[in-house]
Amino acid sequence: MDLQTITYIVVGFTFALYIGIAIWAKAGSTKEFYVAGGGINPVANGMATAADWMSAASFISMAGLIAMSYGGNGGSVFLMGWTGGYVILAMLLAPYLRKFGKFTVPEFIGDRYYSNTARVVAVVCLIIVSVTYVIGQMKGVGVAFSRFLEVDYDTGLYIGMTIVFIYAVFGGMKGITYTQIAQYCVLILAYTIPAIFISLQLTGNPLPQLGLGGSLADGTPLLVRLDQVVTDLGFANYTTGPRLSTLNMFVYTMSLMIGTAGLPHVIIRFFTVPTVKDARSSAGWALVFIAILYTTAPAVAAMARLNLHETIQPAATGENLAYADAPAWFSNWEKTGLLKFEDKNGDGKIQYYNDKSAAGQALAAEKGWAGNELKVDNDILVLANPEIAQLPNWVIALVAAGGLAAALSTAAGLLLAISSSISHDLMKGVFRPDLDEKSELMYSRIAMAGAIMVAGYLGLNPPGFAAGTVALAFGLAASSIFPALMMGIFSKRINKEGAIAGMIAGIVVTLFYVFQHKGFLFVGDWKYLESLGSNWFFGIEANAFGAVGAVVNFIVANIVTGMTKPVPQDVQDMVEHIRVPSGVAAAQDH
Amino acid sequence: MAFKSEDDAKAYWSENVSLMIKLMVIWFVVSFGCGILLADVLNTIQIGGYKLGFWFAQQGSIYAFLILIFYYAKAMGKLDAKYGVDGE
Repeated sequence: MDLQTITYIVVGFTFALYIGIAIWAKAGSTKEFYVAGGGINPVANGMATAADWMSAASFISMAGLIAMSYGGNGGSVFLMGWTGGYVILAMLLAPYLRKFGKFTVPEFIGDRYYSNTARVVAVVCLIIVSVTYVIGQMKGVGVAFSRFLEVDYDTGLYIGMTIVFIYAVFGGMKGITYTQIAQYCVLILAYTIPAIFISLQLTGNPLPQLGLGGSLADGTPLLVRLDQVVTDLGFANYTTGPRLSTLNMFVYTMSLMIGTAGLPHVIIRFFTVPTVKDARSSAGWALVFIAILYTTAPAVAAMARLNLHETIQPAATGENLAYADAPAWFSNWEKTGLLKFEDKNGDGKIQYYNDKSAAGQALAAEKGWAGNELKVDNDILVLANPEIAQLPNWVIALVAAGGLAAALSTAAGLLLAISSSISHDLMKGVFRPDLDEKSELMYSRIAMAGAIMVAGYLGLNPPGFAAGTVALAFGLAASSIFPALMMGIFSKRINKEGAIAGMIAGIVVTLFYVFQHKGFLFVGDWKYLESLGSNWFFGIEANAFGAVGAVVNFIVANIVTGMTKPVPQDVQDMVEHIRVPSGVAAAQDH
Repeated sequence: MAFKSEDDAKAYWSENVSLMIKLMVIWFVVSFGCGILLADVLNTIQIGGYKLGFWFAQQGSIYAFLILIFYYAKAMGKLDAKYGVDGE
């Protein structure tokens, strides 16, 4: 059977599974629609959270991002940043928000800061964060379809939207939870199977986590060889070479961690477990399931990069690979544009090295090279892995299904966060408090359908800034939502004026800094304060600025609180109440 | 179920916060400390095929995070029981 047919069968089977779950898990009440009825087992919720959390970017792009763009060591910011946030969630947020026992993140902010204005500001922050994030997922769906199934990007996107529509509109959080569990199983198999084989081939160790510290057939440790190979070609040392300054690594990691803890679509997953105790352990289980991928990714990154270099310049001969002798996967991925070869010195061989560095230029002068001839897209490290490792076609088909599962599961979670903030916080909470259960459920379905349309539109017409949107979403969540939640739980002093001013200041400062680097609303020509130059604030990069925005949020909230009226007694009592883990059942039926 | 007295409520919260602070210190040390600030020093130590700082940044910190969360969940379960606030 050819690859195309197998891919259709595997992807078709997973889609049928998701639709089957949708039919079985129809939401009958708002409680089922928003929090899956609130009775999800903590391990199951951990698995759903892992799929909710790991996006198309984690699955397709992260290994390449670590190995290529961030040169190995620099990629540690993503590994630590995107996992360390769960410690914050487990200890600082999830148990208390679960005790609060309601349906959305803005609802907590509205109640804790006794103000519909605070609630609306939180809704606006949530929508900015989640919409920027969802664009990346929609692109992921289109890209996965176009690369693996040879349907065009737009058609792929329509198919993906239809699938999400079926289970998210009918099933709400209930449908999403069970499909996310299925999607986790698909994506983790798709990620680990090729990794295990590559690790076996290179180091003889089936566990990639150990293989990364293992040795190659000739006894050289893998990482030592990799450092050698990349530095010989003029690239930065893989294990020690800094891609970012220490300060940037620090703030970037911090932004990703607190951004993770402040992402509404992740937080609402913890509203679905029965008790406070379950919320704590569920965060642990979520990280277990995430860590399986996140400890494998650095191994995939290093091994795939070594494979790539050694394919092009085999150590055995020392000669560069002739283009005519390139393996089949090379030309397959050349067709997609992920690999681009240009024979600059006309010797018919492929030269891949860093022509920007002194070492690379010296090497070129010695060998008669005329510049780097190969452009490698980050994504290829994961996508081409099964072919490089010569795995059977069903593994390649599984990678396609895995990429789609990662994109769809995150998109669905984001869409639920967006639609519930519209139907529950804006419609029921602010405009029509008299709305009955049945009409609210109907509005929540309409909001979900609308959110899918908007996300689909943005996926079809991605704004120019779409590439960097996922990183931006973290910065915005870190600077707006996270501080408001944390202060709401750990301080009885911060009042509504403080919280509102803090959220606005945090998100505005962060957006201001990002726009100053990339153009107002990402329109390239609308620059301001250009004389300050890039990264003017202590050299901090735009993507890493969320942590600074969070600090601004904390400071502004404290100062404004000091100048305005204190928090009413009943709200202080509410804070006391959420700090007590017992009594969840009573709180939930509101 | 709630606390027996106001003092119990205060004691429970301060035990919770002090446990949290201890664990957050470890969280900071394994990631920002060992993985970033001290990485260069730790990289002079080789464990198996790994430089130690690199191992912390790309593997060790994640394992530590896992241990921290499960330890916290377990310790808080005990604390809840001690103060009689572990009911539904």
